[in-house]
Amino acid sequence: MAKVIGAVVVDNEECKGCGLCVVACPQDVLAQNKQVNSRGYHYSFMKNPEACIGCSNCATVCPDTCITVYRVKI
Amino acid sequence: MELKDIINPNNLVYEKPKLLTENTMHYCPGCSHGVVHKLLAEVIEDLDIQDKTIGVSPVGCAVFAYNYIEIDWQEAAHGRAPAVATGIARTNPDKVVFTYQGDGDLASIGAAEILHACNRGENMVVIFVNNGIYGMTGGQMAPTTLIGQVTATTPNGRDVGRNGYPLKITELIAQLPGTSYVTRQSVHTPATIRKCKKALAKAFQAAIDKKGTSFVEVVSTCNMNWKMTPVKANEWMVDNMFPFYQPGDLKDSSKTDPESYTPLKN
Repeated sequence: MAKVIGAVVVDNEECKGCGLCVVACPQDVLAQNKQVNSRGYHYSFMKNPEACIGCSNCATVCPDTCITVYRVKI
Repeated sequence: MELKDIINPNNLVYEKPKLLTENTMHYCPGCSHGVVHKLLAEVIEDLDIQDKTIGVSPVGCAVFAYNYIEIDWQEAAHGRAPAVATGIARTNPDKVVFTYQGDGDLASIGAAEILHACNRGENMVVIFVNNGIYGMTGGQMAPTTLIGQVTATTPNGRDVGRNGYPLKITELIAQLPGTSYVTRQSVHTPATIRKCKKALAKAFQAAIDKKGTSFVEVVSTCNMNWKMTPVKANEWMVDNMFPFYQPGDLKDSSKTDPESYTPLKN
């Protein structure tokens, strides 16, 4: 079976730190950053980038649509 | 493979719908409105009806919806979105008209408008975001507030003797002969969001096919006024809202054929 690797890009300034993507991720890739963006929200980031499979669950649940998802098959 | 190799336009699988503007939404973190807006933008994009869609925004949190989706919008007075949409739909039969309303707007002050618009079977889509509370004004009791639910105006929980029963407006709407597709969805997990998108697409298709009124209720959260985190609010919704507001299709046909009624003879 072809292996799939994914990556997500979070728009740090748009993210409101609601944490819904962290729960939606089946691979436990995302986490909330300890640092805050200019509006004071703990934005999401890829804590565990190797595990990402590019399923786009995080982007689907994001209310502010600040996640872009990429995926490659190798 | 390194991250910079993966992050390449050729490998893109999900991006912000083109119909959503660059404006940052004014909604609270984790608000369901954002997801419903995104689904709306995706559905309008998929059906390629951007140039002929007219939305009617309500009074409530979604009052600024026109700032976020690149289509034509009309703002209506509190609860009167279906009345305004009726006028737009009748004068522009080639357009696709929808209203986007909350539970305070649709089920309370606008109850008369929505019942009559659905009963007349106007060709439009109604998107009803039900979070059981008045979000914009600070969390007062709404008609759809659950029994025992604590709000700013029911600090000891909603009491039936004093405040009456929660209103299942979607069940009422489903009985009206003018409606074609009545469904209740939610947007708390990726699976339900994809299902809700299909329901919205079906509702818009019904409006394009002039089948009558399509009504999509989205059971959603108001974490700020429920005083929970967004994740906890979703769990609370599943545990408490779903037993009362059960997701699923309530009606899936077309509006009642006028031939089935026998008119009085003069």
